[in-house]
Amino acid sequence: MRNSEEKKNNQWLGISALLLALVIWEIAAIVIVRNSFILPSPPDVFIAFVGLLEKGRLLLDFEVSMVHFVIGLGAALLVGIPVGIAMGWSHRFDAFLDPLIELLRPIPPLAWIPFVIIWFGLTAYSAGFVIFIGAIFPIIINTYSGFRGVPRIFVETGRMLGCTKSRDLIRHVAFPAALPSIAAGIRIATGVGWMCLVAAELFGVSNNGLGMALWFYYDLHQMDCVVVYMLLLGIIGLAFDMIFRYYMDRYFLRWQTGEVA
Amino acid sequence: MGRLVIRDLTQSFQKDCGPELVALDHISLDVDDKEFVCILGPSGCGKTTLLRLIAGLDTGRSGSVVLDGEEIRGPSQKIGFVFQEYSLFPWRNVTDNIAFGLEMQKKPRDERYRIAEQYLKLVGLTQFANSYPSELSGGMRQRVAVARALALDPVILLMDEPFGALDAQTRNMLQKELLEIWEKTRKTIIFITHSVDEAVYLSDRIIVLSPRPGRVCKIVPIDLPRPRNRTSTEFATLRRDILDLISDNCVV
Repeated sequence: MRNSEEKKNNQWLGISALLLALVIWEIAAIVIVRNSFILPSPPDVFIAFVGLLEKGRLLLDFEVSMVHFVIGLGAALLVGIPVGIAMGWSHRFDAFLDPLIELLRPIPPLAWIPFVIIWFGLTAYSAGFVIFIGAIFPIIINTYSGFRGVPRIFVETGRMLGCTKSRDLIRHVAFPAALPSIAAGIRIATGVGWMCLVAAELFGVSNNGLGMALWFYYDLHQMDCVVVYMLLLGIIGLAFDMIFRYYMDRYFLRWQTGEVA
Repeated sequence: MGRLVIRDLTQSFQKDCGPELVALDHISLDVDDKEFVCILGPSGCGKTTLLRLIAGLDTGRSGSVVLDGEEIRGPSQKIGFVFQEYSLFPWRNVTDNIAFGLEMQKKPRDERYRIAEQYLKLVGLTQFANSYPSELSGGMRQRVAVARALALDPVILLMDEPFGALDAQTRNMLQKELLEIWEKTRKTIIFITHSVDEAVYLSDRIIVLSPRPGRVCKIVPIDLPRPRNRTSTEFATLRRDILDLISDNCVV
């Protein structure tokens, strides 16, 4: 009982911080800065939000960004998980790919943009590729370390119970054992990929998109609209994370509850 | 049937630097069908190595391990294995842990669950069918591990210090339950322990291994009727003789 009450109180603490930030922002904008170009006030931003909503632009931007994001993250999952599994399972494959991956990994995703334009042109695939580069490495590394961390006793137990082929051991033993680590990798990748989105849309792959619109309104010096897109990027990113965590915890990692907390 | 014949089994490990380490030295041993045998020895004497070789988990040995006329070359479903601890799959609930081997055999779901339920009943955990391993006590986890190994109906059950991590009371209770299960299912059991008390309480015969390199030091038949009384004089005498043997490093 006390726990749930405490939780509620803590929630109010968080909400009060948000309200406090809003108040400070408002005071700073109205009293100190007094220039809506340098710092738009919360009401300015709200009005801009309503305006954008009425124009029907927001939904379109969201859709276009989702296409870019799904292409990038989807490709990163499709490539990253199998590569991570292969490297985690086979020492030979690890020795083969590790130097290449360690060399490519420190290259910032945005450094790929020139070649992305040459290879894919100004298409959704270009934006997707930049997001892909940002998202794939956390997925590979977490899948790999998850597989490396599978206790030997699980694999041996599996073998004693008639699960002897590599494919079956990966599917029925190693993958479920590594899933918490893989899920953590996907979460990090979602975050990094989402951050790459703004940069990926900056070089004009489309007329819409949350990142594209942010630059567009900056060029028009409508800074209140820029803030709307900034906040939307934050809120949507947060929502992805919450939805992902909710589903993972509820359907795939239920067995973990009670192990730590 | 579950008759095991071991001849001249030798296993050595090559260390990265330094001399070859001989873990097992020419072990020869017969285990009869439906017999309960304990392998006893000080730590580091190769008990676990021996059991892993019988299970087919390790290779690179010389000599032979033959179960019912068939040489063991790898894990086989005729052999059940119970590890010391933490061998339950934490992502599967109790029923799905027990049914794992049946699932690998591609048995239909209702048959799997029917068999799992039957073994769950045997170990007395029916009400925990849907619990996850993290929700069980150490003793319950080992009961599930036993049920899981039995669910494939192996002819021989290998147990590697299965109760070693449990407290004394739980341990005694599980020993008693194991004997009941053994009497019901009539499997051959090879049980590794470093507890003399446990070995005398459980087994038909105790195989005492010498310190490294592991050799068969002495085979002690235990003729006491079951259930055995740990406080009886015969029990105490046997226990003392074996303890003396071990503390003298097997000099007979």
